[in-house]
Amino acid sequence: MATCVMLRCLSSNFSCSLSLLSRSAQIPPTRLVPRAYLLQTLSTTTRLSSALKFTDKHEWIRVEGNVGTVGISKFAQEALGDVVYCGLPEVGLQLEQADEFGALESVKAASELYSPLTGEVIEVNQLLADNPGLVNKSCYEDGWLMKMTVAKPEELDALMDEKAYERYIRSMED
Amino acid sequence: MWSRMLFCRRGFGIPRKGYLQSARVGFAGRQDRHSSQSSEDSIRKTPLFDFHRDHGGKMVQFAGWSMPVQYKDSHIDSHMHTRQHCSLFDVSHMLQSKVYGRDRVKFMESMVVGDVAELKDNQGMLTLFTNHKGGINDDLIVTKTDQGYLYVVSNAGCADKDSANMKAKLSEFKSAGHDVELEFLDECLIAVQGPATTKVLQPGLKDDLSKLTFMTSTLTTVFGIQGCRVTRCGYTGEDGVEISVPQSGVVALMQHLLANSEVKLAGLGARDSLRLEAGLCLYGNDIDETTSPVEATLVWTIGKRRRKAMDFPGAEIIVPQIKAKTARKRVGLVSTGPPVRQHTPILSTEGHVIGEVTSGCPSPCLKQNIAMGYVDSAYAKNGSPIQVEVRKKAIKAVVTKMPFVPTNYYSGQ
Repeated sequence: MATCVMLRCLSSNFSCSLSLLSRSAQIPPTRLVPRAYLLQTLSTTTRLSSALKFTDKHEWIRVEGNVGTVGISKFAQEALGDVVYCGLPEVGLQLEQADEFGALESVKAASELYSPLTGEVIEVNQLLADNPGLVNKSCYEDGWLMKMTVAKPEELDALMDEKAYERYIRSMED
Repeated sequence: MWSRMLFCRRGFGIPRKGYLQSARVGFAGRQDRHSSQSSEDSIRKTPLFDFHRDHGGKMVQFAGWSMPVQYKDSHIDSHMHTRQHCSLFDVSHMLQSKVYGRDRVKFMESMVVGDVAELKDNQGMLTLFTNHKGGINDDLIVTKTDQGYLYVVSNAGCADKDSANMKAKLSEFKSAGHDVELEFLDECLIAVQGPATTKVLQPGLKDDLSKLTFMTSTLTTVFGIQGCRVTRCGYTGEDGVEISVPQSGVVALMQHLLANSEVKLAGLGARDSLRLEAGLCLYGNDIDETTSPVEATLVWTIGKRRRKAMDFPGAEIIVPQIKAKTARKRVGLVSTGPPVRQHTPILSTEGHVIGEVTSGCPSPCLKQNIAMGYVDSAYAKNGSPIQVEVRKKAIKAVVTKMPFVPTNYYSGQ
Protein backbone atom coordinates (compact mmCIF):
# COMPACT_ATOMS: atom_id res chain seq x y z
CA MET A 1 0.00 0.00 0.00
CA ALA A 2 2.98 2.29 0.29
CA THR A 3 2.93 2.76 -3.44
CA CYS A 4 -0.69 3.85 -3.28
CA VAL A 5 0.16 6.52 -0.81
CA MET A 6 2.86 7.77 -3.08
CA LEU A 7 0.50 7.93 -6.01
CA ARG A 8 -2.04 9.86 -4.04
CA CYS A 9 0.54 12.39 -3.02
CA LEU A 10 1.64 12.96 -6.56
CA SER A 11 -1.89 13.34 -7.71
CA SER A 12 -2.25 16.62 -5.91
CA ASN A 13 -0.26 18.38 -8.57
CA PHE A 14 -2.37 17.74 -11.61
CA SER A 15 -3.83 20.17 -14.03
CA CYS A 16 -6.60 19.87 -16.58
CA SER A 17 -5.96 16.31 -17.55
CA LEU A 18 -9.59 15.27 -17.85
CA SER A 19 -9.98 16.57 -21.32
CA LEU A 20 -6.85 14.77 -22.38
CA LEU A 21 -9.09 11.81 -22.64
CA SER A 22 -11.68 13.60 -24.63
CA ARG A 23 -11.80 12.94 -28.32
CA SER A 24 -14.08 15.88 -28.74
CA ALA A 25 -12.03 18.25 -26.65
CA GLN A 26 -12.48 21.86 -27.67
CA ILE A 27 -8.99 22.83 -26.57
CA PRO A 28 -5.55 21.31 -26.85
CA PRO A 29 -5.63 20.28 -23.23
CA THR A 30 -2.13 18.94 -22.85
CA ARG A 31 -0.77 22.44 -23.02
CA LEU A 32 -2.27 22.94 -19.62
CA VAL A 33 -0.46 20.00 -18.04
CA PRO A 34 2.79 21.06 -16.44
CA ARG A 35 5.68 19.16 -17.94
CA ALA A 36 7.25 18.50 -14.57
CA TYR A 37 4.08 16.77 -13.51
CA LEU A 38 4.13 14.43 -16.48
CA LEU A 39 7.73 13.44 -15.90
CA GLN A 40 7.07 12.81 -12.25
CA THR A 41 4.02 10.71 -13.05
CA LEU A 42 5.76 8.66 -15.67
CA SER A 43 8.83 7.88 -13.66
CA THR A 44 6.55 6.52 -10.95
CA THR A 45 4.62 4.52 -13.51
CA THR A 46 7.78 2.88 -14.75
CA ARG A 47 8.74 1.50 -11.39
CA LEU A 48 5.31 0.09 -10.76
CA SER A 49 4.31 -1.59 -13.93
CA SER A 50 7.11 -3.41 -15.62
CA ALA A 51 5.01 -5.86 -17.64
CA LEU A 52 2.23 -3.56 -18.76
CA LYS A 53 1.11 -2.70 -22.25
CA PHE A 54 -0.98 0.41 -22.91
CA THR A 55 -3.62 1.46 -25.40
CA ASP A 56 -3.91 4.97 -26.76
CA LYS A 57 -7.17 5.20 -24.79
CA HIS A 58 -5.20 4.77 -21.55
CA GLU A 59 -6.14 1.18 -20.67
CA TRP A 60 -3.37 -1.15 -19.57
CA ILE A 61 -3.15 -4.93 -19.88
CA ARG A 62 -0.81 -7.32 -18.11
CA VAL A 63 -0.66 -10.74 -19.78
CA GLU A 64 0.29 -13.77 -17.72
CA GLY A 65 -0.06 -17.09 -19.52
CA ASN A 66 -3.21 -16.85 -21.61
CA VAL A 67 -4.93 -14.35 -19.31
CA GLY A 68 -4.79 -10.59 -19.55
CA THR A 69 -5.65 -8.33 -16.60
CA VAL A 70 -7.02 -4.95 -17.68
CA GLY A 71 -7.17 -1.60 -15.91
CA ILE A 72 -6.73 2.09 -16.58
CA SER A 73 -3.52 4.07 -16.24
CA LYS A 74 -2.66 6.38 -13.39
CA PHE A 75 -2.80 9.20 -15.86
CA ALA A 76 -6.39 8.27 -16.76
CA GLN A 77 -7.63 7.80 -13.21
CA GLU A 78 -6.28 11.20 -12.22
CA ALA A 79 -7.94 12.78 -15.20
CA LEU A 80 -11.26 11.19 -14.32
CA GLY A 81 -11.19 12.09 -10.62
CA ASP A 82 -12.98 10.15 -7.87
CA VAL A 83 -14.54 7.10 -9.50
CA VAL A 84 -17.99 6.58 -8.00
CA TYR A 85 -19.34 3.86 -10.30
CA CYS A 86 -17.75 1.12 -12.37
CA GLY A 87 -19.85 -0.24 -15.20
CA LEU A 88 -18.20 -3.61 -15.91
CA PRO A 89 -19.07 -6.34 -18.44
CA GLU A 90 -20.69 -9.72 -17.82
CA VAL A 91 -18.39 -12.69 -17.61
CA GLY A 92 -18.53 -14.53 -20.93
CA LEU A 93 -18.75 -11.43 -23.08
CA GLN A 94 -16.76 -11.84 -26.31
CA LEU A 95 -14.76 -8.75 -27.18
CA GLU A 96 -12.93 -7.70 -30.30
CA GLN A 97 -9.94 -5.45 -29.85
CA ALA A 98 -11.14 -1.85 -29.19
CA ASP A 99 -14.71 -2.95 -28.39
CA GLU A 100 -16.38 -0.96 -25.64
CA PHE A 101 -16.63 -3.13 -22.53
CA GLY A 102 -17.87 -0.74 -19.85
CA ALA A 103 -17.52 2.68 -18.34
CA LEU A 104 -16.11 4.42 -15.31
CA GLU A 105 -18.01 7.31 -13.83
CA SER A 106 -16.94 10.20 -11.64
CA VAL A 107 -19.22 12.96 -10.42
CA LYS A 108 -18.44 15.09 -13.42
CA ALA A 109 -17.78 12.66 -16.25
CA ALA A 110 -18.35 9.24 -17.78
CA SER A 111 -15.46 7.47 -19.48
CA GLU A 112 -16.01 4.53 -21.78
CA LEU A 113 -13.63 1.59 -21.57
CA TYR A 114 -12.23 -0.16 -24.64
CA SER A 115 -10.78 -3.64 -24.78
CA PRO A 116 -7.03 -3.73 -25.39
CA LEU A 117 -7.28 -7.17 -27.07
CA THR A 118 -9.63 -9.70 -28.60
CA GLY A 119 -10.86 -12.30 -26.13
CA GLU A 120 -13.51 -13.35 -23.63
CA VAL A 121 -14.21 -11.74 -20.28
CA ILE A 122 -13.49 -14.38 -17.64
CA GLU A 123 -13.62 -12.32 -14.44
CA VAL A 124 -14.50 -8.83 -13.29
CA ASN A 125 -13.19 -7.16 -10.14
CA GLN A 126 -16.04 -7.67 -7.65
CA LEU A 127 -14.42 -5.35 -5.12
CA LEU A 128 -15.23 -2.36 -7.32
CA ALA A 129 -18.98 -2.74 -6.80
CA ASP A 130 -18.68 -1.55 -3.20
CA ASN A 131 -15.41 0.30 -3.54
CA PRO A 132 -15.09 1.98 -6.94
CA GLY A 133 -12.46 4.31 -5.46
CA LEU A 134 -9.94 1.45 -5.72
CA VAL A 135 -9.49 2.54 -9.32
CA ASN A 136 -8.04 5.81 -7.99
CA LYS A 137 -6.20 4.35 -5.03
CA SER A 138 -4.56 1.43 -6.77
CA CYS A 139 -5.04 1.58 -10.50
CA TYR A 140 -2.31 -0.96 -11.34
CA GLU A 141 -3.07 -3.46 -8.58
CA ASP A 142 -6.29 -3.68 -6.53
CA GLY A 143 -8.17 -1.41 -8.91
CA TRP A 144 -7.96 -3.73 -11.93
CA LEU A 145 -11.18 -3.94 -13.93
CA MET A 146 -11.45 -7.31 -15.67
CA LYS A 147 -9.56 -10.38 -16.80
CA MET A 148 -9.83 -11.72 -20.33
CA THR A 149 -8.52 -14.51 -22.48
CA VAL A 150 -5.98 -13.60 -25.12
CA ALA A 151 -7.33 -14.89 -28.42
CA LYS A 152 -4.87 -13.09 -30.67
CA PRO A 153 -1.53 -12.68 -28.89
CA GLU A 154 -0.09 -10.85 -31.90
CA GLU A 155 -2.36 -7.90 -31.08
CA LEU A 156 -0.14 -7.22 -28.08
CA ASP A 157 2.65 -6.12 -30.41
CA ALA A 158 0.66 -3.12 -31.54
CA LEU A 159 0.15 -1.88 -27.97
CA MET A 160 2.57 0.52 -26.35
CA ASP A 161 5.09 -0.57 -23.78
CA GLU A 162 5.67 1.79 -20.90
CA LYS A 163 8.32 3.84 -22.62
CA ALA A 164 6.19 4.27 -25.69
CA TYR A 165 3.24 5.23 -23.50
CA GLU A 166 5.39 7.83 -21.75
CA ARG A 167 6.35 9.25 -25.11
CA TYR A 168 2.72 9.15 -26.18
CA ILE A 169 1.60 11.23 -23.21
CA ARG A 170 4.47 13.63 -23.77
CA SER A 171 3.65 13.93 -27.45
CA MET A 172 0.16 15.07 -26.57
CA GLU A 173 1.78 17.89 -24.71
CA ASP A 174 3.49 19.22 -27.84
CA MET B 1 -10.82 4.95 -22.57
CA TRP B 2 -11.99 8.45 -23.17
CA SER B 3 -13.91 10.98 -21.24
CA ARG B 4 -16.77 13.22 -22.09
CA MET B 5 -17.00 16.53 -20.34
CA LEU B 6 -20.46 16.10 -18.99
CA PHE B 7 -20.47 18.69 -16.33
CA CYS B 8 -21.57 22.17 -17.09
CA ARG B 9 -22.21 25.23 -15.13
CA ARG B 10 -24.26 28.32 -15.06
CA GLY B 11 -23.02 30.42 -17.87
CA PHE B 12 -21.03 27.89 -19.81
CA GLY B 13 -23.51 25.13 -20.51
CA ILE B 14 -24.41 25.74 -24.08
CA PRO B 15 -24.16 22.40 -25.78
CA ARG B 16 -24.93 23.68 -29.24
CA LYS B 17 -21.81 24.27 -31.22
CA GLY B 18 -23.04 27.30 -33.04
CA TYR B 19 -23.77 29.03 -29.84
CA LEU B 20 -20.34 28.49 -28.36
CA GLN B 21 -18.86 29.96 -31.48
CA SER B 22 -21.01 33.02 -31.30
CA ALA B 23 -20.12 33.45 -27.65
CA ARG B 24 -16.56 34.05 -28.67
CA VAL B 25 -17.24 36.80 -31.15
CA GLY B 26 -17.52 39.54 -28.59
CA PHE B 27 -18.76 43.02 -29.25
CA ALA B 28 -17.59 46.56 -28.90
CA GLY B 29 -18.93 47.20 -25.43
CA ARG B 30 -17.20 44.24 -23.87
CA GLN B 31 -13.98 43.77 -25.78
CA ASP B 32 -12.03 45.14 -22.88
CA ARG B 33 -13.84 43.26 -20.19
CA HIS B 34 -11.13 41.72 -18.04
CA SER B 35 -7.66 41.02 -19.31
CA SER B 36 -8.71 39.11 -22.41
CA GLN B 37 -6.31 38.66 -25.28
CA SER B 38 -7.04 40.29 -28.56
CA SER B 39 -6.53 37.50 -31.09
CA GLU B 40 -9.71 36.18 -32.60
CA ASP B 41 -9.89 32.72 -31.09
CA SER B 42 -8.20 33.60 -27.83
CA ILE B 43 -9.59 32.44 -24.54
CA ARG B 44 -10.67 35.15 -22.15
CA LYS B 45 -9.10 35.21 -18.74
CA THR B 46 -10.46 36.72 -15.58
CA PRO B 47 -8.10 38.87 -13.49
CA LEU B 48 -7.76 35.84 -11.21
CA PHE B 49 -6.25 33.59 -13.90
CA ASP B 50 -2.73 33.64 -12.44
CA PHE B 51 -4.16 33.32 -8.95
CA HIS B 52 -5.99 30.14 -9.99
CA ARG B 53 -2.88 28.65 -11.58
CA ASP B 54 -0.81 29.52 -8.53
CA HIS B 55 -3.34 27.72 -6.35
CA GLY B 56 -3.36 24.54 -8.41
CA GLY B 57 -6.47 25.33 -10.46
CA LYS B 58 -7.14 22.94 -13.35
CA MET B 59 -8.12 25.38 -16.04
CA VAL B 60 -10.68 24.48 -18.67
CA GLN B 61 -12.47 26.47 -21.31
CA PHE B 62 -16.10 27.51 -20.88
CA ALA B 63 -18.07 29.98 -22.92
CA GLY B 64 -14.80 31.33 -24.24
CA TRP B 65 -13.27 31.76 -20.77
CA SER B 66 -10.46 29.88 -19.09
CA MET B 67 -11.88 28.91 -15.70
CA PRO B 68 -10.83 26.53 -12.90
CA VAL B 69 -12.85 23.32 -12.93
CA GLN B 70 -11.24 22.21 -9.67
CA TYR B 71 -8.18 22.87 -7.54
CA LYS B 72 -6.00 20.46 -5.59
CA ASP B 73 -8.85 18.82 -3.71
CA SER B 74 -11.00 16.22 -5.41
CA HIS B 75 -14.36 17.23 -6.82
CA ILE B 76 -16.20 15.37 -4.05
CA ASP B 77 -14.06 16.85 -1.26
CA SER B 78 -14.61 20.31 -2.65
CA HIS B 79 -18.36 19.74 -2.96
CA MET B 80 -18.62 18.52 0.64
CA HIS B 81 -16.42 21.34 1.93
CA THR B 82 -18.91 23.83 0.47
CA ARG B 83 -21.83 22.09 2.20
CA GLN B 84 -20.01 21.94 5.54
CA HIS B 85 -17.75 25.00 5.59
CA CYS B 86 -17.17 27.66 2.95
CA SER B 87 -15.90 27.81 -0.63
CA LEU B 88 -14.79 30.61 -2.91
CA PHE B 89 -15.72 30.57 -6.58
CA ASP B 90 -14.50 32.94 -9.26
CA VAL B 91 -17.57 33.70 -11.37
CA SER B 92 -16.14 36.82 -13.01
CA HIS B 93 -17.02 35.37 -16.41
CA MET B 94 -20.65 36.22 -15.78
CA LEU B 95 -22.04 39.37 -17.37
CA GLN B 96 -22.64 42.20 -14.90
CA SER B 97 -24.43 45.34 -15.96
CA LYS B 98 -26.04 48.44 -14.54
CA VAL B 99 -29.19 50.10 -15.84
CA TYR B 100 -29.59 53.79 -15.03
CA GLY B 101 -32.22 56.37 -15.80
CA ARG B 102 -35.78 57.27 -14.84
CA ASP B 103 -37.23 54.54 -17.05
CA ARG B 104 -34.86 51.78 -15.97
CA VAL B 105 -37.57 49.59 -14.43
CA LYS B 106 -39.78 49.87 -17.48
CA PHE B 107 -36.77 49.11 -19.67
CA MET B 108 -35.89 45.96 -17.74
CA GLU B 109 -39.49 44.81 -17.52
CA SER B 110 -39.80 45.06 -21.29
CA MET B 111 -37.38 42.08 -21.50
CA VAL B 112 -38.04 39.97 -18.38
CA VAL B 113 -41.00 38.25 -16.69
CA GLY B 114 -40.42 39.53 -13.15
CA ASP B 115 -42.14 42.37 -11.34
CA VAL B 116 -39.09 44.60 -11.02
CA ALA B 117 -41.18 47.58 -9.92
CA GLU B 118 -42.33 45.65 -6.87
CA LEU B 119 -38.80 45.07 -5.56
CA LYS B 120 -37.83 46.95 -2.45
CA ASP B 121 -34.64 48.99 -2.38
CA ASN B 122 -31.60 46.67 -2.46
CA GLN B 123 -33.73 43.61 -3.08
CA GLY B 124 -33.04 41.28 -5.97
CA MET B 125 -34.91 38.57 -7.85
CA LEU B 126 -34.26 35.68 -10.16
CA THR B 127 -35.98 36.39 -13.43
CA LEU B 128 -35.96 35.31 -17.08
CA PHE B 129 -35.32 36.98 -20.39
CA THR B 130 -38.00 35.49 -22.64
CA ASN B 131 -38.46 35.50 -26.40
CA HIS B 132 -41.50 35.98 -28.61
CA LYS B 133 -41.94 32.23 -29.00
CA GLY B 134 -42.37 31.86 -25.26
CA GLY B 135 -38.90 30.39 -24.72
CA ILE B 136 -36.23 31.44 -22.23
CA ASN B 137 -33.31 33.50 -23.57
CA ASP B 138 -31.45 33.47 -20.27
CA ASP B 139 -31.95 33.50 -16.52
CA LEU B 140 -30.59 36.43 -14.57
CA ILE B 141 -30.67 38.25 -11.27
CA VAL B 142 -31.95 41.84 -11.16
CA THR B 143 -31.31 43.90 -8.03
CA LYS B 144 -32.97 47.25 -7.48
CA THR B 145 -30.24 49.19 -5.72
CA ASP B 146 -30.76 52.36 -3.71
CA GLN B 147 -27.95 53.94 -5.73
CA GLY B 148 -30.12 54.89 -8.70
CA TYR B 149 -29.50 51.85 -10.87
CA LEU B 150 -30.53 48.23 -11.39
CA TYR B 151 -27.70 45.75 -10.99
CA VAL B 152 -28.04 42.83 -13.40
CA VAL B 153 -26.08 39.57 -13.49
CA SER B 154 -26.62 37.14 -16.36
CA ASN B 155 -24.84 34.10 -17.75
CA ALA B 156 -21.43 34.19 -19.42
CA GLY B 157 -22.61 31.74 -22.07
CA CYS B 158 -25.37 34.17 -23.01
CA ALA B 159 -23.34 37.36 -22.60
CA ASP B 160 -23.20 38.28 -26.27
CA LYS B 161 -26.85 37.48 -26.86
CA ASP B 162 -28.01 39.27 -23.70
CA SER B 163 -25.98 42.39 -24.31
CA ALA B 164 -27.11 42.55 -27.94
CA ASN B 165 -30.72 42.23 -26.80
CA MET B 166 -30.30 44.88 -24.15
CA LYS B 167 -28.58 47.26 -26.56
CA ALA B 168 -31.28 46.82 -29.19
CA LYS B 169 -33.92 47.52 -26.58
CA LEU B 170 -31.92 50.51 -25.37
CA SER B 171 -31.96 52.12 -28.83
CA GLU B 172 -35.67 51.45 -29.05
CA PHE B 173 -36.27 53.10 -25.67
CA LYS B 174 -34.06 56.05 -26.45
CA SER B 175 -35.73 56.74 -29.79
CA ALA B 176 -39.06 56.68 -27.98
CA GLY B 177 -37.70 59.44 -25.73
CA HIS B 178 -37.23 57.31 -22.61
CA ASP B 179 -34.49 57.96 -20.10
CA VAL B 180 -32.28 54.84 -19.83
CA GLU B 181 -28.55 54.16 -19.81
CA LEU B 182 -26.79 50.82 -19.88
CA GLU B 183 -23.32 50.06 -18.58
CA PHE B 184 -21.41 46.77 -18.72
CA LEU B 185 -19.10 46.29 -15.76
CA ASP B 186 -15.55 45.01 -15.71
CA GLU B 187 -15.71 44.22 -11.99
CA CYS B 188 -14.87 40.72 -10.84
CA LEU B 189 -17.53 38.54 -9.25
CA ILE B 190 -16.67 36.20 -6.39
CA ALA B 191 -19.10 33.75 -4.81
CA VAL B 192 -18.61 32.93 -1.13
CA GLN B 193 -20.78 29.89 -0.40
CA GLY B 194 -21.39 27.66 2.58
CA PRO B 195 -22.68 27.68 6.15
CA ALA B 196 -19.55 29.43 7.47
CA THR B 197 -20.08 32.45 5.20
CA THR B 198 -21.12 34.83 7.97
CA LYS B 199 -18.30 33.76 10.25
CA VAL B 200 -15.82 34.29 7.42
CA LEU B 201 -17.14 37.54 6.02
CA GLN B 202 -18.43 39.45 9.05
CA PRO B 203 -14.94 40.40 10.35
CA GLY B 204 -14.34 42.24 7.08
CA LEU B 205 -17.62 44.14 7.04
CA LYS B 206 -19.06 47.11 8.91
CA ASP B 207 -22.57 46.10 7.86
CA ASP B 208 -24.39 43.57 10.02
CA LEU B 209 -24.67 40.42 7.93
CA SER B 210 -27.59 39.20 10.02
CA LYS B 211 -29.60 42.01 8.40
CA LEU B 212 -28.55 41.09 4.87
CA THR B 213 -31.14 38.43 4.09
CA PHE B 214 -31.37 36.16 1.05
CA MET B 215 -31.65 38.18 -2.18
CA THR B 216 -30.72 41.51 -0.68
CA SER B 217 -27.68 43.57 -1.54
CA THR B 218 -25.44 46.30 -0.19
CA LEU B 219 -22.65 48.49 -1.55
CA THR B 220 -19.88 48.44 0.99
CA THR B 221 -16.22 47.98 1.91
CA VAL B 222 -15.02 44.40 2.38
CA PHE B 223 -11.72 43.81 4.19
CA GLY B 224 -10.75 47.37 3.36
CA ILE B 225 -11.58 47.07 -0.32
CA GLN B 226 -13.96 49.81 -1.32
CA GLY B 227 -16.76 49.65 -3.86
CA CYS B 228 -17.81 46.05 -3.28
CA ARG B 229 -21.41 45.06 -3.93
CA VAL B 230 -22.31 42.19 -1.62
CA THR B 231 -25.50 40.31 -2.53
CA ARG B 232 -26.81 37.43 -0.44
CA CYS B 233 -27.36 34.84 -3.16
CA GLY B 234 -25.57 32.01 -4.88
CA TYR B 235 -25.79 28.89 -6.95
CA THR B 236 -25.15 26.11 -4.45
CA GLY B 237 -28.26 26.01 -2.25
CA GLU B 238 -26.15 27.14 0.71
CA ASP B 239 -26.11 30.43 2.54
CA GLY B 240 -23.63 32.73 0.87
CA VAL B 241 -22.97 35.93 -1.00
CA GLU B 242 -21.71 37.07 -4.34
CA ILE B 243 -19.28 39.99 -4.19
CA SER B 244 -18.82 42.27 -7.16
CA VAL B 245 -15.36 43.71 -6.56
CA PRO B 246 -13.17 46.11 -8.55
CA GLN B 247 -10.41 44.29 -10.43
CA SER B 248 -7.73 46.15 -8.49
CA GLY B 249 -8.93 44.63 -5.22
CA VAL B 250 -9.88 41.12 -6.20
CA VAL B 251 -6.65 39.30 -5.34
CA ALA B 252 -6.46 41.04 -1.96
CA LEU B 253 -10.08 40.07 -1.28
CA MET B 254 -9.41 36.43 -2.15
CA GLN B 255 -6.36 36.41 0.11
CA HIS B 256 -8.29 37.92 3.02
CA LEU B 257 -11.02 35.32 2.66
CA LEU B 258 -8.63 32.40 2.19
CA ALA B 259 -6.75 33.41 5.34
CA ASN B 260 -9.66 31.88 7.24
CA SER B 261 -9.13 28.14 7.66
CA GLU B 262 -12.82 27.51 6.92
CA VAL B 263 -12.35 28.70 3.36
CA LYS B 264 -11.14 26.79 0.30
CA LEU B 265 -11.21 27.49 -3.39
CA ALA B 266 -13.75 25.58 -5.47
CA GLY B 267 -14.20 25.28 -9.20
CA LEU B 268 -16.90 24.84 -11.77
CA GLY B 269 -17.08 21.07 -11.20
CA ALA B 270 -18.27 21.43 -7.61
CA ARG B 271 -20.45 24.37 -8.60
CA ASP B 272 -22.34 22.16 -11.04
CA SER B 273 -22.96 19.24 -8.66
CA LEU B 274 -23.93 21.69 -5.88
CA ARG B 275 -26.46 23.52 -8.02
CA LEU B 276 -27.96 20.26 -9.24
CA GLU B 277 -28.45 19.01 -5.66
CA ALA B 278 -30.13 22.36 -4.98
CA GLY B 279 -32.46 21.83 -7.95
CA LEU B 280 -31.23 24.95 -9.74
CA CYS B 281 -31.37 25.15 -13.53
CA LEU B 282 -28.33 25.46 -15.72
CA TYR B 283 -29.06 27.61 -18.74
CA GLY B 284 -28.29 25.70 -21.92
CA ASN B 285 -28.98 22.35 -20.25
CA ASP B 286 -32.19 22.60 -18.27
CA ILE B 287 -33.68 25.71 -19.84
CA ASP B 288 -33.11 27.26 -23.24
CA GLU B 289 -34.80 29.16 -26.04
CA THR B 290 -37.18 26.26 -26.68
CA THR B 291 -38.37 25.72 -23.10
CA SER B 292 -41.07 27.93 -21.66
CA PRO B 293 -41.06 29.12 -18.03
CA VAL B 294 -44.17 27.02 -17.44
CA GLU B 295 -42.61 23.81 -18.79
CA ALA B 296 -39.53 24.57 -16.71
CA THR B 297 -41.70 24.98 -13.55
CA LEU B 298 -40.42 28.52 -13.17
CA VAL B 299 -43.90 30.09 -13.11
CA TRP B 300 -43.04 31.57 -9.70
CA THR B 301 -40.64 33.96 -11.44
CA ILE B 302 -43.51 35.55 -13.40
CA GLY B 303 -44.88 38.51 -11.47
CA LYS B 304 -48.65 38.57 -10.82
CA ARG B 305 -48.99 42.04 -12.25
CA ARG B 306 -47.00 40.93 -15.30
CA ARG B 307 -49.34 37.96 -15.88
CA LYS B 308 -52.34 40.27 -15.90
CA ALA B 309 -50.67 42.91 -18.03
CA MET B 310 -49.19 40.27 -20.36
CA ASP B 311 -46.48 42.76 -21.23
CA PHE B 312 -43.33 40.66 -21.42
CA PRO B 313 -41.95 38.92 -24.52
CA GLY B 314 -43.88 35.73 -25.28
CA ALA B 315 -46.62 36.52 -22.72
CA GLU B 316 -49.40 35.57 -25.16
CA ILE B 317 -47.92 32.05 -25.28
CA ILE B 318 -46.63 31.72 -21.72
CA VAL B 319 -49.56 33.12 -19.70
CA PRO B 320 -52.23 30.77 -21.15
CA GLN B 321 -49.91 27.81 -20.40
CA ILE B 322 -50.17 28.56 -16.69
CA LYS B 323 -53.81 27.48 -16.66
CA ALA B 324 -53.89 25.06 -19.57
CA LYS B 325 -50.76 23.13 -18.44
CA THR B 326 -48.08 22.03 -20.85
CA ALA B 327 -47.37 18.73 -22.58
CA ARG B 328 -44.06 18.35 -20.78
CA LYS B 329 -42.65 19.47 -17.48
CA ARG B 330 -39.26 19.72 -15.81
CA VAL B 331 -38.91 17.25 -12.95
CA GLY B 332 -36.28 15.82 -10.64
CA LEU B 333 -35.24 12.15 -10.84
CA VAL B 334 -33.46 9.88 -8.39
CA SER B 335 -31.98 6.48 -9.20
CA THR B 336 -29.30 4.04 -8.09
CA GLY B 337 -26.78 2.17 -10.22
CA PRO B 338 -25.11 3.77 -13.21
CA PRO B 339 -25.14 7.57 -13.13
CA VAL B 340 -27.65 9.37 -15.30
CA ARG B 341 -26.32 12.12 -17.57
CA GLN B 342 -27.61 14.76 -19.94
CA HIS B 343 -29.50 13.30 -22.96
CA THR B 344 -30.32 10.03 -21.17
CA PRO B 345 -33.77 8.92 -22.42
CA ILE B 346 -36.51 8.76 -19.78
CA LEU B 347 -38.92 5.82 -20.18
CA SER B 348 -42.27 4.88 -18.70
CA THR B 349 -42.40 1.64 -16.70
CA GLU B 350 -43.71 0.07 -19.92
CA GLY B 351 -40.59 1.20 -21.74
CA HIS B 352 -41.98 4.04 -23.88
CA VAL B 353 -39.86 7.15 -24.23
CA ILE B 354 -41.49 9.91 -22.18
CA GLY B 355 -38.69 12.45 -21.98
CA GLU B 356 -35.01 13.22 -21.68
CA VAL B 357 -32.55 14.11 -18.93
CA THR B 358 -31.09 17.62 -19.15
CA SER B 359 -28.58 17.41 -16.24
CA GLY B 360 -27.48 14.54 -14.06
CA CYS B 361 -24.67 13.37 -11.81
CA PRO B 362 -24.02 11.12 -8.84
CA SER B 363 -24.91 13.23 -5.79
CA PRO B 364 -21.94 13.50 -3.42
CA CYS B 365 -24.31 14.22 -0.50
CA LEU B 366 -27.00 11.63 -1.18
CA LYS B 367 -24.85 8.86 -2.67
CA GLN B 368 -27.57 8.33 -5.24
CA ASN B 369 -27.90 9.52 -8.81
CA ILE B 370 -29.80 12.74 -9.23
CA ALA B 371 -30.98 14.30 -12.44
CA MET B 372 -33.44 16.74 -13.89
CA GLY B 373 -35.17 16.47 -17.18
CA TYR B 374 -38.43 16.95 -19.04
CA VAL B 375 -41.18 14.31 -19.04
CA ASP B 376 -44.71 14.07 -20.43
CA SER B 377 -46.84 15.86 -17.85
CA ALA B 378 -48.76 12.66 -17.09
CA TYR B 379 -45.60 11.34 -15.41
CA ALA B 380 -44.57 14.55 -13.67
CA LYS B 381 -46.10 13.83 -10.27
CA ASN B 382 -43.60 13.34 -7.46
CA GLY B 383 -43.24 9.67 -6.63
CA SER B 384 -44.08 8.49 -10.16
CA PRO B 385 -42.05 5.38 -11.00
CA ILE B 386 -40.24 5.73 -14.31
CA GLN B 387 -37.11 4.35 -15.95
CA VAL B 388 -33.96 5.83 -17.43
CA GLU B 389 -32.08 4.19 -20.27
CA VAL B 390 -28.37 4.09 -19.44
CA ARG B 391 -26.12 2.31 -21.95
CA LYS B 392 -29.08 0.48 -23.45
CA LYS B 393 -30.30 -0.80 -20.08
CA ALA B 394 -33.51 0.40 -18.46
CA ILE B 395 -32.88 1.42 -14.85
CA LYS B 396 -35.61 2.18 -12.32
CA ALA B 397 -35.94 5.79 -11.21
CA VAL B 398 -38.46 7.91 -9.32
CA VAL B 399 -39.75 11.41 -10.03
CA THR B 400 -38.58 13.38 -7.00
CA LYS B 401 -39.27 16.80 -5.57
CA MET B 402 -36.45 19.30 -5.84
CA PRO B 403 -34.25 20.49 -4.22
CA PHE B 404 -32.73 17.06 -3.72
CA VAL B 405 -30.68 18.39 -0.80
CA PRO B 406 -32.48 20.93 1.44
CA THR B 407 -31.41 24.50 0.75
CA ASN B 408 -29.93 26.63 3.49
CA TYR B 409 -30.70 30.21 2.44
CA TYR B 410 -30.54 32.89 5.12
CA SER B 411 -33.96 34.46 5.53
CA GLY B 412 -33.29 36.34 8.76
CA GLN B 413 -33.04 35.49 12.44
